Amino acid sequence: MSLLDIRNLSVRFQTNDAEVCAVNNVNLSVEAGQTLGIVGESGSGKSQLSFAMMGLLARNGRASGSVVFDGQEILNAKPKVLNSIRAEKMAMIFQDPMTSLNPYMRVADQMAEVLTLHKGIGKREAVAQAVQMLDAVKIPDAKGRVRLYPHEFSGGMRQRVMIAMALLCKPKLLIADEPTTALDVTVQAQIMQLLKELQHDFGMAMILITHDLGVVAGSCERVAVMYGGRIRETGPVRPIFAAPTHPYTQGLLDAIPRVDQTSEELHAIPGQPPNMSRPPSGCAFSPRCPYAREGCDTIDPPLEGFAPEQARACHAPVAEVIARQTRITIDDDQPAADLGDGPAQAIPRGAVAGAGAAGTPSTVEGQQ
Amino acid sequence: MVIDEQKMKSLSAKLVQDEVRGRSPWADARKRFLNNKGAMLGLIILILVSVFALVGGQFAVWSNEELDFSVMGQVAQMGQPSFENGHYFGTDNLGRDLFARVVQGTQVSLMVGVVGAGIAVIVGTLYGATAGYVGGRTDQIMMRTVDILMSIPYMFVLILLLVMFGRSMSMLFLGIGLISWLDMSRIVRGQTLSLKNREFIEAARATGVPAWKIIIRHIVPNLLGVVAVYATLLVPLMILTESFISFLGLGVQEPLTSWGALISEGAGTMNYGTLWQLAFPLFFFVITLFGFFFVGDGLRDALDPKER
Amino acid sequence: MNPLLDVRDLRVTFQIRREGDLPWAKPRPLHAVAGVDFTLNPGETLGVVGESGCGKSTLARALIGLVHAEGQAEWIDGKDLLAMSPRQMMKYRSDIQMVFQDPLASLNPRMTVGQIIAEPLTTHRPDLGRAEVRDRVKAMMERVGLLPNQINRYPHEFSGGQCQRIGIARALIVEPKLIICDEPVSALDVSIQAQVINLLIRLQKELGLALVFIAHDLSVVKHISDRVMVLYLGKVMEVASSTELYGNPQHPYTQALLSAVPVPDPTIETGKTIVPLAGDLPSPMNPPSGCVFRTRCPRAQARCAEEVPAPIGGDHKIACHYPGPLTEAEIAHARRHEAA
Repeated sequence: MSLLDIRNLSVRFQTNDAEVCAVNNVNLSVEAGQTLGIVGESGSGKSQLSFAMMGLLARNGRASGSVVFDGQEILNAKPKVLNSIRAEKMAMIFQDPMTSLNPYMRVADQMAEVLTLHKGIGKREAVAQAVQMLDAVKIPDAKGRVRLYPHEFSGGMRQRVMIAMALLCKPKLLIADEPTTALDVTVQAQIMQLLKELQHDFGMAMILITHDLGVVAGSCERVAVMYGGRIRETGPVRPIFAAPTHPYTQGLLDAIPRVDQTSEELHAIPGQPPNMSRPPSGCAFSPRCPYAREGCDTIDPPLEGFAPEQARACHAPVAEVIARQTRITIDDDQPAADLGDGPAQAIPRGAVAGAGAAGTPSTVEGQQ
Repeated sequence: MVIDEQKMKSLSAKLVQDEVRGRSPWADARKRFLNNKGAMLGLIILILVSVFALVGGQFAVWSNEELDFSVMGQVAQMGQPSFENGHYFGTDNLGRDLFARVVQGTQVSLMVGVVGAGIAVIVGTLYGATAGYVGGRTDQIMMRTVDILMSIPYMFVLILLLVMFGRSMSMLFLGIGLISWLDMSRIVRGQTLSLKNREFIEAARATGVPAWKIIIRHIVPNLLGVVAVYATLLVPLMILTESFISFLGLGVQEPLTSWGALISEGAGTMNYGTLWQLAFPLFFFVITLFGFFFVGDGLRDALDPKER
Repeated sequence: MNPLLDVRDLRVTFQIRREGDLPWAKPRPLHAVAGVDFTLNPGETLGVVGESGCGKSTLARALIGLVHAEGQAEWIDGKDLLAMSPRQMMKYRSDIQMVFQDPLASLNPRMTVGQIIAEPLTTHRPDLGRAEVRDRVKAMMERVGLLPNQINRYPHEFSGGQCQRIGIARALIVEPKLIICDEPVSALDVSIQAQVINLLIRLQKELGLALVFIAHDLSVVKHISDRVMVLYLGKVMEVASSTELYGNPQHPYTQALLSAVPVPDPTIETGKTIVPLAGDLPSPMNPPSGCVFRTRCPRAQARCAEEVPAPIGGDHKIACHYPGPLTEAEIAHARRHEAA
């Protein structure tokens, strides 16, 4: 049985204007010790998915479905149950470490508090364990620094402190929500390296939520690509990066410039991300999809397995999507014209962009 | 495909022709405000009170200075509110018509509130925006001046002023106006400081838009929301200050009156069974304060999109 | 060919008063940009990379005159931009425009798109009539891929990518020769990033613009730049053409930066070696003596603490006493040093 099993998870938000469906019927599972990457752009619902799991949704949000963690149903569970699980078995780290560190408390006291509260050990012993954990996340001079306040650490060190705090109770699952987005590349590399090592040492599973495909490629075993509140493609990392079978994944991989390759022009995905208070009918990606066909704008394709461990939600056949991949090798640079074949290109590209956003309110962006 | 393309072209040409009307942040705020039931209730109350102050005098049978000799001396028995003798709100202890006096008190109190808040808005906004935008030493000197003025116990000074120069409307306005803008200037300066470093101000400075134009086009319109909210909350504060001073007997001079003076009189005689003398001015006082607070709250919710 | 802009020894110093200092205490200098030289040819793109705190945003603001800078910045006509009075500078302000990082924050929420884009035009060309301004704004909106009929809309009605298009239109409306882009795509989603980058490249080709492109994302800079300059603590570490710098980095810092960039390819990403940097970024109030990078450099020697390395080389300038690719042994040593 999986460590975490998410079935038909949906998250809805009641806003002034409309009901926003941030997450729609998501099915996922994470095995013990595994790393799952969840990739998506802002508004794709990737963060709300994790908030729903942890019971941290904003007050106007409602989650439905089922989340079974370690044999226990935790979705919409009682605060008491959630608290004990959050403390002992499941931990979360965020993009901004300051959101989960109390600026007016010494790091030692904050970390010790977690242990004295949940494990019932004495203060002295707790501080000793905190120092040990700070050592484990490679904070130099942990013994001396444990007496400092959070703002006295640099950005990267602060993120390490937060990781140390999350790992204090040796959780079975760590959810990392954009843990390195606010950091510089060199620090990011160090933190990702650290997370990988810690995961190995503690034998925990990890869900890495990010928009950075490079980070996923480096540290995940499986990946789920989200768009418009749904999972569009999921499977082991290697086949997905080598031969994406969903048009959105393919578009994303083509759209990012790479430091190890040279390309004349980036293959941008035309149009704008969907407005989730008024999502497009059918497949949410269809207005931007170069493979869009009849039925795409009426029927939202279900997530279906097509190869061992791999699943995708798309009406276009796998072979067709793979055949048109632009970036199999570096030199193969010709099929750019193919992408521009859709009817949308008949009006200027900007016109499409403009029409898509005519009614984009800032509320959806504000949600994320 | 050719037909399609033509269709598309004509469509895009049509799209280009019709200019879409934008939804301005003000229009959005207005919509949110109108949807706020509490704020609308407050606004209606304020309108009714203002109407009462403006045209209430027309309906008064007695003037505010006239003594009704028929009730004099037996106010507790004869002076209660009645439609027959024209004293809708009863009479005060001297036999003057309370309705006319409440109308007049409402006029004076509202005027004190609005004028006080008005001075605060004009002086405070200009002072604060200048200090914030110019910055540096100028800002330091201007804000330390405000600090010094704030550290003076103003109620004490105000009372001294009224005692020394005699009680008059203009002295009251002067005294209240002197203190009311201090808070406003601080708030506006803070807002200006945070606006000044916003990228759109930098963008304007980078293209060489002159400073006065930046203040007028970029800073002030973005300040107006905060100023409006604070001003609505300042009006009742001014009314309270004036009432307090009048309650002490130092406010406006007879035959002029205000809510504070009327409440003071009413409170003094409540033991003689003439509760209406307290009840009517107090009623107007309380609902007006409520009205302003509701409207202020509604404005803040409407203008501050973060609150949503 | 004369360079469009020739910057020599550009320095920006902030006077910082520390917390708790008395009001009359002498403020300490913070050298945000500590002597930067570069040239920029017409139509060329210069990428500026570096981590947060390296002074790249300050450099942008100094070039456009938003912060006071010392040194020399010679424009193509031989005039020094930094020595000008504000009145003289006015003439050049329309030649240099800027695109900002936060698409929404760089647009005044109380103004319509038309007013926003028109502002530089009405400032520099007061002779133009209303109708003429409106026509030009509409033409520019079409050029950057916005529907001209959206001219009366407000910024909050647009998505992030479109707001950045508005920002680009505002920069282009006065027909500048140089645009300074300060992290123009870092706030945008990946799929929108590519749209904006393609737009910038297209417009640059059409209008013959020179770009100073500042970003922390090395892949984006590589894609858009002809030449790239690496900054660290306000100093230039390495400048070279894009292909040269990414293909043959010589400065240890550049190598560390490049090795840390994640690549969306699991095979490469799991097998690569990352050059570790010891410790944290030193405080710019109190930079290390000699080479500013020496405290974190895997190759630092005694000489690095004493002598400030001068940039050497012609087209590929390196400010390092011991340039050259790091060896396996050096990286391994650095890793042990980091672990200790």
